[in-house]
Amino acid sequence: MNDLHTELKKSIIDQLNLEDMDVSDIENDEPLFGDGLGLDSIDALELIVLLEKDYGIKLEDPNQGKEIFNSINSMVDFIEKNRTK
Amino acid sequence: MCAVAVTGMGIVSSLGKNLFENYQSLNTGKTGISTPEILQTNYKDLPVGEIKINNTRLSNDLGLNPGHSYTRAALLGCMAVRELLHNSGLSEFDPGTGFISGTTVGGMDMTESFFDQFSENSENLRYIQAQHPGFTTEKIAAYFGLNAMVTTISTACSSSANAIMLGARLIESGRLKRVIVGGTDCLTRFTLNGFNSLKILSGETCKPFDENRNGLNLGEAAAYLLLEADEMKGNRPAIARISGYGNANDAFHQTASSQNGEGAYLAMKKAIEKAGVDPVNINYINAHGTGTGNNDLSESVAIKRVFGDHIPEFSSTKALTGHTLGAAGAVEAVISIMAIQNQEVFPNLNFSQPIRDTGLMPETKLHSKQLNYVLSNSFGFGGNCTSLIFRNE
Amino acid sequence: MNKVFINGISAISAQDEDIFDTGNFQEFSSSIVKAKDQDYKAVIKPMMLRRMSQAVKMGLYCSKKALTEAGIIQPGAIIIGTGQGCIQDTEKFMQSMIESEEGLLAPTSFIQSTHNTVGGQIALELNCNSYNMTYTQNSGSFESALLDSLMLINTGEETTVLVGGVDETSPAFTGFQVLDGQICKEQISGPDLLKKDTPGTMISESASFFVLDAKKQEKSYACVRDVCLKNRIQKQEPEQLILEFLKSNELDISEIDAVILGNNGDCRYDGYYSGIQEAIFSKTAQLAYKHLVGDNHSISAYAMWLGARIIAENRIPEAFQINHVTCDKIDKVLIYNQYLGKNHGLILLEKP
Repeated sequence: MNDLHTELKKSIIDQLNLEDMDVSDIENDEPLFGDGLGLDSIDALELIVLLEKDYGIKLEDPNQGKEIFNSINSMVDFIEKNRTK
Repeated sequence: MCAVAVTGMGIVSSLGKNLFENYQSLNTGKTGISTPEILQTNYKDLPVGEIKINNTRLSNDLGLNPGHSYTRAALLGCMAVRELLHNSGLSEFDPGTGFISGTTVGGMDMTESFFDQFSENSENLRYIQAQHPGFTTEKIAAYFGLNAMVTTISTACSSSANAIMLGARLIESGRLKRVIVGGTDCLTRFTLNGFNSLKILSGETCKPFDENRNGLNLGEAAAYLLLEADEMKGNRPAIARISGYGNANDAFHQTASSQNGEGAYLAMKKAIEKAGVDPVNINYINAHGTGTGNNDLSESVAIKRVFGDHIPEFSSTKALTGHTLGAAGAVEAVISIMAIQNQEVFPNLNFSQPIRDTGLMPETKLHSKQLNYVLSNSFGFGGNCTSLIFRNE
Repeated sequence: MNKVFINGISAISAQDEDIFDTGNFQEFSSSIVKAKDQDYKAVIKPMMLRRMSQAVKMGLYCSKKALTEAGIIQPGAIIIGTGQGCIQDTEKFMQSMIESEEGLLAPTSFIQSTHNTVGGQIALELNCNSYNMTYTQNSGSFESALLDSLMLINTGEETTVLVGGVDETSPAFTGFQVLDGQICKEQISGPDLLKKDTPGTMISESASFFVLDAKKQEKSYACVRDVCLKNRIQKQEPEQLILEFLKSNELDISEIDAVILGNNGDCRYDGYYSGIQEAIFSKTAQLAYKHLVGDNHSISAYAMWLGARIIAENRIPEAFQINHVTCDKIDKVLIYNQYLGKNHGLILLEKP
């Protein structure tokens, strides 16, 4: 696991108030929404803000988020390819 | 069955500062959507339904002394209630008159302006209480000397529709004989930034019920109705009657509407049941139709569930007024009553292609039509859904 | 006309709920008082709880407790009174908006800033499609909600209503209330709060929820006979307001066994109470509560919690009584509250 995975998990826990969770509780390939971590559409908007704030990636179409936010792995892939900071 | 008389009304919106100007704009399809000039915001290019009269001019028009603590929503509210008084045939409001106002953010315009400056200047302290909606309601009440029952409903974008419903119920129950009902909301940075963070503001004039709709435009307005028990009305005419109402909760999501439009469906159904009419007797629906992907689809599904194969003519007038949040229900009540008075259906602007999943076609041209029953929808955050039915006197 | 029975109650305040049984109360060293923390995790799912502000947590917790007690799963209506609404999230969003100069903003606190967040969240949690309403009329917020509830049940439109009053504090917004003199500079709580002769009071958080029902249960606490809301009266007018209210309910002042008053130690406005304390209630057991739980825009809901328990148990706890009139049989309790001389509310409770 590289540092970006851990860094991302930390900021997700922080941004989404997942108070009782620890980095080790989130698997890299676990679905973030639905039956996995159980995030919802409000969280998706928070994640869009997180991408822009921390990595300088602007998602113009919120629907894009569906694939990107599938898991920590998919987010890391997307960030590595598109980050501007 | 309900038949509470509406004996007066008043409105100020981006379409105009009185009933006449609003009707003219509705009639010619002239939109009130522009870009912010009075609201101080970084989002200078976001379209809004702004009333182009600043607070100083509003205060002068109302004869208020400098140093007053009226919020913009209170100033707009006073304008609308003053017009209501003028056309109600009353010379003043009697002491028992109730006042029920709906609003989402009340005096947030003052809170956001002075948030960092309350401690710096004691002159600003008069706006500290503006944060809660009751403050704005009380300012309007005080302007007209209304000391009896005064209350505020804040259920997001259905607030003033709920105020109208409560007023009708208070008259029906005999607890009040005369009550002013409606709502007021002004544009604020708080709401503009809030809706922007939800990514549901359109960068152009909104396109309600269109397949390619891409969000809403915020607006500001105040609109009020005078409701009276028949024994108070005497020989003065009723301009319309409230014949049904219903509120239900979608219980689906904090902001989004459900796919089957359950809350909207239940609200319309309750209103129709209360009115004691067959759904085929509803001649026109003034839809909530904000222009967001989610609302318009959900509302279309709900309309189809209620009306089946007999969908009444419908339109959203929000491409004209903008979405005036807590005031929207009252603005659209006034528009519904104007539709009845003039026996006209007002157009849904910017529509070209029906939503693929539902295929519903709103009315896009102004036209005459016999209108006996008009249904008006208002839905808000927190799943709050309200439908009102007005009928021709 | 259907009668309205209180079949379930729950209150969170600065004091423990067992203050009624033990008489033990806490004194505070601040004029801004938080509500006692509860075991929220026991009744609210962690994924829901993580975003909830104090008002939402308290509202949901009390709702569930009151509904369980009344044996109701889905109420026919959910009606909330909250004067300041969700000020914690409002403050959070406003602060980030101002600090970022309208920059990139996360939406969660905006979504939760709307005044009907508590009512909406209860509906979501209960999966309840019924009538849902929120009143925000300063200190008349709970009375407005109660009036709506009574109309629904009286007319037979609904049989069961969940009604509650809830208000929270937040650092900046509540702090502003010190600047404009709503909160007193001294840090006094307990009986001394009511004796001070300075402006301002102690502001607190609270939530009090009730299940109202057209059907009487064996353990019904009390009946809500009537409620009245009046925006503005002069200091000498509460007597007339109360007498007219009682008259419209075909009651005489002598039939009121206990009166729960909203005295909060603000020397500018406690005169609204002192006049009637001497004139019409000199032979009535008088109670106050704000010296123990502080004041806020929906605190009269706490007074109704207190009144309901007093009638149910036929007993007035000493910590609340402010005169020496004793009372063997408590049938009727009147609650009178106002704030800053406005939004006067009367609630009449009686034995079921």
